[in-house]
Amino acid sequence: MPASGRPHTVYFFGTCLIDMFYPEAGLAGMELLKREGLKVVFPQKQTCCGQPARNNGHQDEARAVARLQLDAFPGDWPIVVPSGSCAGMMKVHYPELFENDPDHARAVAFSERVFELTEFLVDVLGVRLVDRGRPVTVTWHPSCHSQREAGVVEQPKALLRQLANVTLVENPREKECCGFGGTFSVKQPEISAAMVADKVASIEATGASQVVSGDCGCLMNITGAAAKSRKAFTGTHIAEFLLERCHGR
Amino acid sequence: MTDPRERILSRLKSAPRRPLPDLPDWSPPAYGDQAMARFRAMLEAAHADVHEVSDAEWPERLRAILAGKGVRVVLFAPATAAGRRLARDWAGGEGPSLVAYDRPVEEMKPVLVHEAQAAVTEARGGIAQTGSLVLWPGADEPRLMSLLPPIHVAVVARSRIRDSLAETMAAEGWAGTMPTNAVLVSGPSKTADIEQTLAYGVHGPKELIVLVIGDAR
Amino acid sequence: MAAEARVSDFGGKAHVALNDPKLRANFRRAMDGLMAKRAAQFDDPAEWTALRARGAAIRARALARLPDLLERLEANLTRNGITVHWAETPAEANAAVLGILRQAGAKRVIKGKSMVTEEIHLNAHLEANGITAVESDLGEYIIQLAGQAPSHIVMPCIHMNKVEIAELFADKIEGQTYTEDVDELCAAARKALRDRFADADAGISGVNFAVAETGTLVLIENEGNGRLSTTLPPLHIAVTGIEKVVERLDDVAPLLSLLPRSATGQIITTYVNMISSPRKAGEKDGPRQVHLVLLDNGRSRVYADVQLADTLRCIRCAACMNHCPVYTRVGGHTYTFTYPGPIGKILTPQLEGLDCAGDQPHASSLCGACAEVCPVQIPIPDLLARLRTEAVRPASPAVRGGGSGRSLADTLGWAGWTAMYSSPRLYGLSSRMMGLFGNLIPAWMPMLKQWTRVRTKPRFAGKSLHQIARERGFSND
Repeated sequence: MPASGRPHTVYFFGTCLIDMFYPEAGLAGMELLKREGLKVVFPQKQTCCGQPARNNGHQDEARAVARLQLDAFPGDWPIVVPSGSCAGMMKVHYPELFENDPDHARAVAFSERVFELTEFLVDVLGVRLVDRGRPVTVTWHPSCHSQREAGVVEQPKALLRQLANVTLVENPREKECCGFGGTFSVKQPEISAAMVADKVASIEATGASQVVSGDCGCLMNITGAAAKSRKAFTGTHIAEFLLERCHGR
Repeated sequence: MTDPRERILSRLKSAPRRPLPDLPDWSPPAYGDQAMARFRAMLEAAHADVHEVSDAEWPERLRAILAGKGVRVVLFAPATAAGRRLARDWAGGEGPSLVAYDRPVEEMKPVLVHEAQAAVTEARGGIAQTGSLVLWPGADEPRLMSLLPPIHVAVVARSRIRDSLAETMAAEGWAGTMPTNAVLVSGPSKTADIEQTLAYGVHGPKELIVLVIGDAR
Repeated sequence: MAAEARVSDFGGKAHVALNDPKLRANFRRAMDGLMAKRAAQFDDPAEWTALRARGAAIRARALARLPDLLERLEANLTRNGITVHWAETPAEANAAVLGILRQAGAKRVIKGKSMVTEEIHLNAHLEANGITAVESDLGEYIIQLAGQAPSHIVMPCIHMNKVEIAELFADKIEGQTYTEDVDELCAAARKALRDRFADADAGISGVNFAVAETGTLVLIENEGNGRLSTTLPPLHIAVTGIEKVVERLDDVAPLLSLLPRSATGQIITTYVNMISSPRKAGEKDGPRQVHLVLLDNGRSRVYADVQLADTLRCIRCAACMNHCPVYTRVGGHTYTFTYPGPIGKILTPQLEGLDCAGDQPHASSLCGACAEVCPVQIPIPDLLARLRTEAVRPASPAVRGGGSGRSLADTLGWAGWTAMYSSPRLYGLSSRMMGLFGNLIPAWMPMLKQWTRVRTKPRFAGKSLHQIARERGFSND
């Protein structure tokens, strides 16, 4: 991305999970960018960042899928991703995945253009939000890869704090993994179940009526477990949450 | 067949060479005129008693402290400066009696393991950052004195308190002069192995008394 | 003596641990406490960043010159009067220790805490050869009485609560009445072990850092049992892994500022014990002989791979396990082998082979909490991913048992996945099919069955984001 100024066009990488399960979260992300006056390009060739294969040890398979993404985003616009986990994969692991590969330089350049959505909204666009929603109490759930790989910690909370009618309560166990971990949740189902049960209990203990997160994998896990155990709170992707409160829908 | 040493080293040597990373800058903390206060606070936080006393009065103060604890048998090192002071100043008076650790451990086990209730050693210095005493036991002052009796008394000169271990090692050139045994002591013996509950004196001294000798302020 | 053949059974053991509420509570309480204490020690991010960078570099530099430093260490220890032994395998290390003890006519051994002697199962070997080794670290003593293995590398009996320990002491220590008072329990251990120290013919310990420059063994501890074990008996044998060497004495201060703070949230341990020689002429105590046994046991093979060699930076602080959401819930015994937690998940498969511990690198959500707190910056999640790769790579030479995780189902499954996600056309077709029919997949299907045991079934959206983007007129390029 050009160091100076605000881009006029961005790419949007929707992620495979959002594509099939939570398209409204992806759409909300694109709408938020559009309403900031940006042209949002959604390449139809995009599929998945390749993380599931990489995390299961299948480097060649991950690389094959990642290479398609290199092809799908050829321009030099920023690539905005509504997931800290996929953003982390593309920012941190693409360069090493393509080490000793003819596409290495392309992968490095690609990784440097990747932004997690809230990171982009705060650090690049410096958005100012006007809350039009009713008072609500929420808590934030950061995905592990958003905080530890993508380096996104403060930006989503800064956005939530801009909203006048939103009370953000801290979950003392906020930083602890919810137990999703992609295939981990089905490869180690009992450990994952214990982790998500604790995560659900810690969210419930905050008294928040909603948990907001930037990652749909965590949300699928947390809200699925909360619904199964009939908890009162719901879960929302931050893009949808912001769009609904600030622009209605 | 070569020996294990050769096999291990040859495997290590045949591994790919790797670059030597730079050593990034790091400086240990410095406390300026707060060093003594930090030293004291850290030791006290670690459950030690710290007394600042003048050179003239420390043997008497110590006698009173130990007598107050009901101590009767005190191990001392007769060849050290502190040991000589104790022998001279405690001679004839009321209070605990001195037993010299002046023979090999093999001849002194009953006294060391079961009888001595306290031992007095010198400390070569102190470290403010961590509230540590630097002990360099040796021929004149054996290692077990600071370890076996239930009370360890260490006498340290205020002027020997430095900011950090790194500073101490560098300033005193330890790398060229390491003794048989150098020890840092930062409180009485303790454990938290049972439910993370602190308990003192599990194997070493239950109490650590530090006498800081210097100008009374 | 043949070593006991063991195979990791993470899932099976985790099942047992997860269903033990007492165990879960013991670990959760302990880990919460340790995390809070560590956080209080590193509350200045600038200090943490600089110190940790220094610590990581010190360890990486030591590894970069490992063979040279080992030779220097050996030369300086020898010059100081300490005898050095090399052991390629646990059997060789055990034989070396037994040989030294036999030569000295030693029958009774007192031990300071040492994970490497756990790794080689030294106590069992000595016992089989008529030598009694008594553990003197309180936690190790407790688990020795209980006939168990450590469940944590710093706090070996962390899985037990004081009621269990009170019952154990009343049962196993002569004359001990039942008490849950921690001071009284400690006093009972002190009393029981006092004469074991005095009567011991030899003391055995581990090593935290071995300083090549000066030929010094640095040992840290809080109880004083380590100093007693290395001072009171006439013979001291230290056992350590070849990776524990550091170059200079100056390297010790920053590492000491990282280790106890990371481990137990203490700014320093009560004792830092630096041993550079046996008892010298005129000295009245200290062992007359000091030996160091340097153990390889697979470390030199780990070293051969530049990436995996980062595993050997470890200073055994246990911060990774204290912060691990998996370890906290399943406890140390679930890991079967000596080193539990994240460091165990990368070390054990390399030492024992992926064929017998290949499940361990997968028992992680790759959350990265371990790497975040590692004082020497070991990239544990990356190494977990690397080991997962070695397990499915055909004929992997880098790790013992490499390739053992391959299966036809796995290979075909990922081939299918790749075909779908690397072809926009196939992906579009599949996602449309899933949108139409995905919600008809029954909950008893393999992966869905595991998922829906505690969660509701995820719902496929009718339209994919691809479709919506097209319909809403978002540009394709």
